[in-house]
Amino acid sequence: MCGIVGLYLKNPALEQHLGTMLADMLVQMTDRGPDSAGVAIYHDPVDAKSVKITLQGPDDVDWIAIESKLVEGLGQHVSVTPLANHAVMIAGASDAAQSDDIAGWIESNLDNVKITSLGSAIEIFKEKGLPDQVIKKFKIRNMHGTHALGHTRMATESAVTTEHSHPFSTGRDLCLVHNGSLSNHNQWRDRLRSEGIRFQTDNDSEVAAGYLTWRLGQGATLNQALENAIKDLDGFYTFAVGTRDGFAVLRDPIACKPAVLAETDDWVAMSSEYRAIAQLPNSENARIWEPDPARIYSWEREVK
Amino acid sequence: MREFDLQNAEVRLLNQALHGSDLAGQSIEVVNPGGKHNVAAGAQFETQVDIRGHVGYYCAGMNQNARITVHGNAGPGLAENMMSGSVTVKGNASQYCGATAHGGLLIVEGDAAARCGISMKGVDIVVGGSIGHMSAFMAQSGRLVICGDAGESLGDSIYEARIYLRGEPTSLGTDCIEKPMETEHIEELKDLLNKAGIKHDPAEFKRYGSARKLYNFQVDNVGAY
Repeated sequence: MCGIVGLYLKNPALEQHLGTMLADMLVQMTDRGPDSAGVAIYHDPVDAKSVKITLQGPDDVDWIAIESKLVEGLGQHVSVTPLANHAVMIAGASDAAQSDDIAGWIESNLDNVKITSLGSAIEIFKEKGLPDQVIKKFKIRNMHGTHALGHTRMATESAVTTEHSHPFSTGRDLCLVHNGSLSNHNQWRDRLRSEGIRFQTDNDSEVAAGYLTWRLGQGATLNQALENAIKDLDGFYTFAVGTRDGFAVLRDPIACKPAVLAETDDWVAMSSEYRAIAQLPNSENARIWEPDPARIYSWEREVK
Repeated sequence: MREFDLQNAEVRLLNQALHGSDLAGQSIEVVNPGGKHNVAAGAQFETQVDIRGHVGYYCAGMNQNARITVHGNAGPGLAENMMSGSVTVKGNASQYCGATAHGGLLIVEGDAAARCGISMKGVDIVVGGSIGHMSAFMAQSGRLVICGDAGESLGDSIYEARIYLRGEPTSLGTDCIEKPMETEHIEELKDLLNKAGIKHDPAEFKRYGSARKLYNFQVDNVGAY
């Protein structure tokens, strides 16, 4: 069992409250999973010539030293904004290949530092512990943004560590949270590795994120990638997926994992249970429904 | 009239009150349910319980005698194993509502999701809208009335429960077949629709039930074991 929440704002006036709104939702899902919790938040996109990377280090990490190493190693100005044992770094990168080079340099040269997200707007913070602890540690309530996903985990398929926590991101600005268990993830991990997708863990949900990254990389739209996922991924799942400008929800055809969607003029919310949605302003007037099995629900803002 | 405000009071306080006889014969208002679990579970006496809002998992489970109305939507496992009394949902119900229920009347005025009436054992269920896949799976007895459509595999491995469907099933499950509507069935259905307060012409419904081909071992299948 796990608890997942997603919130996509339609009314820009609410963007300053995104962190608080998502935190209130995630705390309600605490008893669906006590092992670890995490949040992916989309805000403050960097310009087309830069890349934003969330780094995660050990509790005693020295971000100032890391910043110096990055500046020296990458040979350019890099900004590193620490947030507990995570930090958001922004570096110059004119294209995807250059972003990948930077990620590759970090993976090869910085011991004990892992990348939780890479893109222009996404940031991912995740840790062992209860949602409330994780929310406080990373000051999620103070965060603004356009959309966000959250997860609280009760592990069934792989170990309880920070690396195994959700959300998982395996591609630019893409992340996924999952309630359920996949049965053919080992096979797909092998295949996706041979296609060049990088994985950090043996977790089944990371494979689902990698699968979407692979399909999107081949030119599929998010909806097309999810349609293929219904055919290729075997198991139980409710997925919530975030992209730079959008948000999608998908349940497997058997649909034994719960999900509720709600929409008002101001926001779209998904959650494992209505309890989380009840925390949102004006939820009593929301249109509320249970997503159909094997049907893709997606929202995307117009890219300016 | 007693009121329980679940914003302040634990669900357990409400349920303990419903387990005892002190409130028998009374009306109970439950406000601010906020999607909480197990609201009004295990009620034992003739009370009228009105829940003003949406509830989470296992609302009205194991109900005996009480008349419980949810003025909102219900999460998974509504009225699971109900014994008697009635449960009404003004909105929609999530998956496996009325599962294993032995008696009483469950009314979902909106839609019910997957596995509605799974393994029902004598309950009557009336759904004003449509129901999801695998509904009435292994349903043993009781009646399931659906005024809309039914999802895949309706009545798979059904025993002696009766299904009345006004719309169309996406597919019928193994051993579930359409059966003729005799006068007895029209009368039975009319009575159920009346009790549920839902107006439809019983002649618009089709009846489904067990072909009874799974009841005995078929020697042709011996190779499968």
